[in-house]
Amino acid sequence: MTPILTAKNLVKTYTQTQGFFSRTKHTIHALDDVSITIERGKTMAVVGESGSGKSTLAKSLIKLIDIDEGVIQFNGENINQIGAKALKATRKNIQMVFQDPYASLNPRMRIHNILEEPLLIHAIGTTSTRRDKIRAMIVKVGLSPEDLTKYPHEFSGGQRQRIGIARALILNPELIICDEPVSALDVSVQAQIIQLLKSLQKELGLTYLFITHDLRIVRHIADTVFVMKQGKLIEEGKTDIIFKNPQSAYTKELLASIPGNNKKKGNK
Amino acid sequence: MSKHLLEINDLTIHPKNNPDLLLVKGVSLKLREGKTTCIVGESGSGKSLTALAIIRLLSSQLTVSGDFLLRGENLTLVSEEVMREKRGQEIAMIFQEPMTSLNPVLSIGYQIQEAIGVHSKLDQEQMCKRTHELLSLVGIPADRAASFPDELSGGQRQRVMIAMAMSCNPTLLIADEPTTALDVTVQAQILRLLDDLKTQLNMTMLFITHDFGVVHDIADEVMVMFKGQIVEQGSVKQVLSTPQHPYTKALLNCVPDAQGKKALKPIDYEKLDKLMAAL
Repeated sequence: MTPILTAKNLVKTYTQTQGFFSRTKHTIHALDDVSITIERGKTMAVVGESGSGKSTLAKSLIKLIDIDEGVIQFNGENINQIGAKALKATRKNIQMVFQDPYASLNPRMRIHNILEEPLLIHAIGTTSTRRDKIRAMIVKVGLSPEDLTKYPHEFSGGQRQRIGIARALILNPELIICDEPVSALDVSVQAQIIQLLKSLQKELGLTYLFITHDLRIVRHIADTVFVMKQGKLIEEGKTDIIFKNPQSAYTKELLASIPGNNKKKGNK
Repeated sequence: MSKHLLEINDLTIHPKNNPDLLLVKGVSLKLREGKTTCIVGESGSGKSLTALAIIRLLSSQLTVSGDFLLRGENLTLVSEEVMREKRGQEIAMIFQEPMTSLNPVLSIGYQIQEAIGVHSKLDQEQMCKRTHELLSLVGIPADRAASFPDELSGGQRQRVMIAMAMSCNPTLLIADEPTTALDVTVQAQILRLLDDLKTQLNMTMLFITHDFGVVHDIADEVMVMFKGQIVEQGSVKQVLSTPQHPYTKALLNCVPDAQGKKALKPIDYEKLDKLMAAL
């Protein structure tokens, strides 16, 4: 089967100007020759610490930021050069769930309008078919149709993340990019959201690109892992294999840092 | 058996204008000297309120009742002046956000000296020396004393906060989610540092966290809080491997393990309510 998305040799640099008069320029490689292949129907986790370039990678795949070099193909189609109109059509198939459910929902919009907005942008359906679709979607993510008239502040963090997932799913995308979707949540809520994402994947055949810094979650959700550091790919492979037999020193260090693995000395 | 450094009896906290809303309900706990006790719980369980009540830093809009005995001395009876002396000198605290707990316009050396100066009468030269000692104690080169907080990484800032907390050799260190905002590798370093300092300086630590992995790594004893009450307490081994209370069991089932062996099971609150009502 063809991969849903492939990206080859992505490069993204930022220049930082230092000094007031001398203006020395300093180049930062946010992405340094990174290639990634995402298989259809699978979950790929991108792990790394702050500043490793994992979010830059996600944003460049959905063209929220422009890359300097490289080729991105979605469903075999090159999306680097396509125009705004074709890009909009492609984006319908790639949706994103963000980290902070408090910041990613417009506080002045009712949930119904939040979920309707993507449909309006892509001119899908009539008022009544959209309403049906939204009602079905809100139930699918575990909330009730009565919640549609409420505003975001009336919900807890976990419920808001459910709304964020509903908004991403409303356009029937094939690929969902989840940027740290559970790191702002309590563990009990985190478990609910992970279970929801897993069952939606089974039901709808979704592909996930899951960005996280928490390797324990990776173990539970990902088929393959992509380890990044300072804009570079360090190691990639099947989750089981990476966890059992990491090759690079950095992956080993990451795995050793997982809390719960380091028994205190003298505390057996 | 070691002695108890701090004893809390029947701590209850409620908002001044709403006495029926109990944020912390009748919490009693004992901290064993030289040990690390973790309070673990979800957001809103009352774990931070309990910690802030000990050091008397809660908002005046909250009514606190209960006794705190530090080495047998009742802290509830002492005046605000005496309490201010104790804060920093006997009880020190580090917070979650190292970014917001430091003053951005003052150098870290100045801020550490400030902490020393409040509680001691050292001259300038001695203070500088002590600052350098503290910085090397937490693993920051002493020549970074002139740096400002924005020139440091998150982990280094938390180290500075720890240096400030250590400045007067406190007997009790309260750490409120000190590693939550940090990357895993840095988190592991900070946990190791705190554990080493605890042993080296013979401190007692009260560690607040929501992460069972962290509990496993650092705690000697664990208290699980849920809706303002301690539902279970015991040694780290007891609580993590043979939990007794239904909430602890349910919560542990939500924690992803690095081995990926067990399935994640979200909490079924209806079932939990029934189980808890039956207790």
